[in-house]
Amino acid sequence: MSHTSTLKHAEAAAQFINDEPRTNWHDETLWFVRQKRDKAAHGLPEWEQLREWASQIKNHTLSNLDNYLLEFERNAKANGVTVHWAMDGADHNRIIYDIIQKNNIQKIVKSKSMLTEECGLNEFLHTKGIETVDTDLGERIVQFRNEPPSHIVLPAIHLKKQDVSDTFHEHLNTEKGNNDPQYLTEAARQHLREKFIESELAITGVNFAVAETGGFVVCTNEGNADMGAHAAKIHIACMGFEKMIPKAEHLSVFLRLLARSATGQPITTYSSHFHKPREGQEMHIVIVDNGRSRQLGRADFRNSLKCIRCAACFNTCPVYRRSGGHSYHTAVAGPIGSILNPNIDMRANADLPFASTLCGSCSNVCPVKIDIHDQLWKWRQVLVAEGYVDTTKKVGLKGMAFLLARPRLYRFAGKMGRGVMRLFPWLVNNKLNPWYKQREMPAPPKQSFRDWYLQNKK
Amino acid sequence: MSSRDTILKNITANKPELVELPAIDLNTVIQYNDLVQQYKTVLQSIGGGTVELQDLSSLKQELESRKAKGDFVVNRIAALGEVSDSLASLTADELAAVDTAYIQGNVAVAENGAIWLYESNMGNRLLPFICQHLVIVIERKSIVPTMHHAYQQIESAKEGFGVFLAGPSKTADIEQSLVIGAHGARSLIVYMIG
Repeated sequence: MSHTSTLKHAEAAAQFINDEPRTNWHDETLWFVRQKRDKAAHGLPEWEQLREWASQIKNHTLSNLDNYLLEFERNAKANGVTVHWAMDGADHNRIIYDIIQKNNIQKIVKSKSMLTEECGLNEFLHTKGIETVDTDLGERIVQFRNEPPSHIVLPAIHLKKQDVSDTFHEHLNTEKGNNDPQYLTEAARQHLREKFIESELAITGVNFAVAETGGFVVCTNEGNADMGAHAAKIHIACMGFEKMIPKAEHLSVFLRLLARSATGQPITTYSSHFHKPREGQEMHIVIVDNGRSRQLGRADFRNSLKCIRCAACFNTCPVYRRSGGHSYHTAVAGPIGSILNPNIDMRANADLPFASTLCGSCSNVCPVKIDIHDQLWKWRQVLVAEGYVDTTKKVGLKGMAFLLARPRLYRFAGKMGRGVMRLFPWLVNNKLNPWYKQREMPAPPKQSFRDWYLQNKK
Repeated sequence: MSSRDTILKNITANKPELVELPAIDLNTVIQYNDLVQQYKTVLQSIGGGTVELQDLSSLKQELESRKAKGDFVVNRIAALGEVSDSLASLTADELAAVDTAYIQGNVAVAENGAIWLYESNMGNRLLPFICQHLVIVIERKSIVPTMHHAYQQIESAKEGFGVFLAGPSKTADIEQSLVIGAHGARSLIVYMIG
């Protein structure tokens, strides 16, 4: 996505919150998911221990990643799976296109893969005249609407059921005005069953890849990854290289954490373990870098690669809940996206680490203990140092630093500020002051805390 | 240099110093007094049903009467009678017409309701997903407390495919309303034998 054509987070968020009832609904819906996560987490006395194990397993894996990838490749090949390596998104898309060309494939189904979103696979294939059918219900809804997913686990969470009803009426000829989720889901089931049955190629993501066995695990609730992969004659699984874990027994730790963190379920309906293609089937794995090896080299940011894409940080984030996933203008939104995306494109994504209050809730719910809010803060410093921050923000921050480093001047400025607000309130209560937007300015106190303290200390 | 070699070289150059794997101590994980009760409670909470039976005779009768009625049922359990073993050659289109599939489960997990199925239990990988309704039979004694215990019991890479299956297919993608029967089976009944 280009720098100039994309709205920055704050501007896009301003548009999102224009519809206040919908903003409140979005906020409450995601908070409800967060509460379900809490209930599931509190149901296990060893929850904190599990997070610690998961964090340590991922730390270990990153510290030995080259060897684990080699072990994985060796075992996958021995299982009869073809392994491809892609430097970046373009490489990834070309590898898939080559397989499509070679086999003269027309019908493609795809289950949820944030990596293929990151690489822009659907758009790329579209330019080649090839259409891909997204089969996750939420993804199919947003695909019909020509929108990107707004959440990595709940792709259509920004939509209400009447929006889905209108979309399905247009594309699936469902009854106009029938907003019943049961009815709408049934329509999608019938529509997508046809697509599964006629598909020649199934593309899936990967939740975990196991070095020891050369296998990979895909988790869904709907069963769409399995319907595609087991029906089509070719299965391509796409993974960022950080999906690796050492042994099958480690899956227990991650499968216990993933769904509980994501939706509060004890586990997803299907946790499918793929090792070998079925008889007569071709199976491919595409291992993608796309900036990940660079991130691995940034000591402050490397542990963002531990992420298992549960989206707990989205659901808890006060900024995400009130600005919507599209305002992040990237495949992975939310707090984790805000620390991953500046690595992919610093200029285009320089706004994202500022889309946070640094409250730290994201780090507290993260099942693999990524220090997300610390990294947001550290990215801000990198981005300012590299010159990717707006002049107004830079001047403001510099002015603030100048003032805060000079206590006398700070006290004088505070006094002046309080005086101005008392005598000339219109100077701050107007549209030119961004802090006045959607809120009243507070009444100025008569004296500063420092003055009060000096007066009252005994 | 190939993409593969470049990626691996960059990882080798950029990876942090080696840190150890943690030791996973199963004494610290949750214990259940009654594994069967816990399993039933969780499976029901995720949309599945449970039936406790002393032996398979009544289920065998049910299967026979459904076959006699002409329902398209597929049996993969030898103890229930004739096993459909030519499933591998069936197309997705043909399998989509299966009303109910009867499959043996290997290990069931009390903490989350999941059951491990090997590919050989299914006869065709597509079967437990594409059938309209799914019946799984497990031994009461095959219920383990957690996923850690389950992975000790199974050999996940023994066959080309295997799945932990927990409940019927579901989605909440439309305004967070739970709907059972997204793409996979519309219902799951687990028979617990013994």
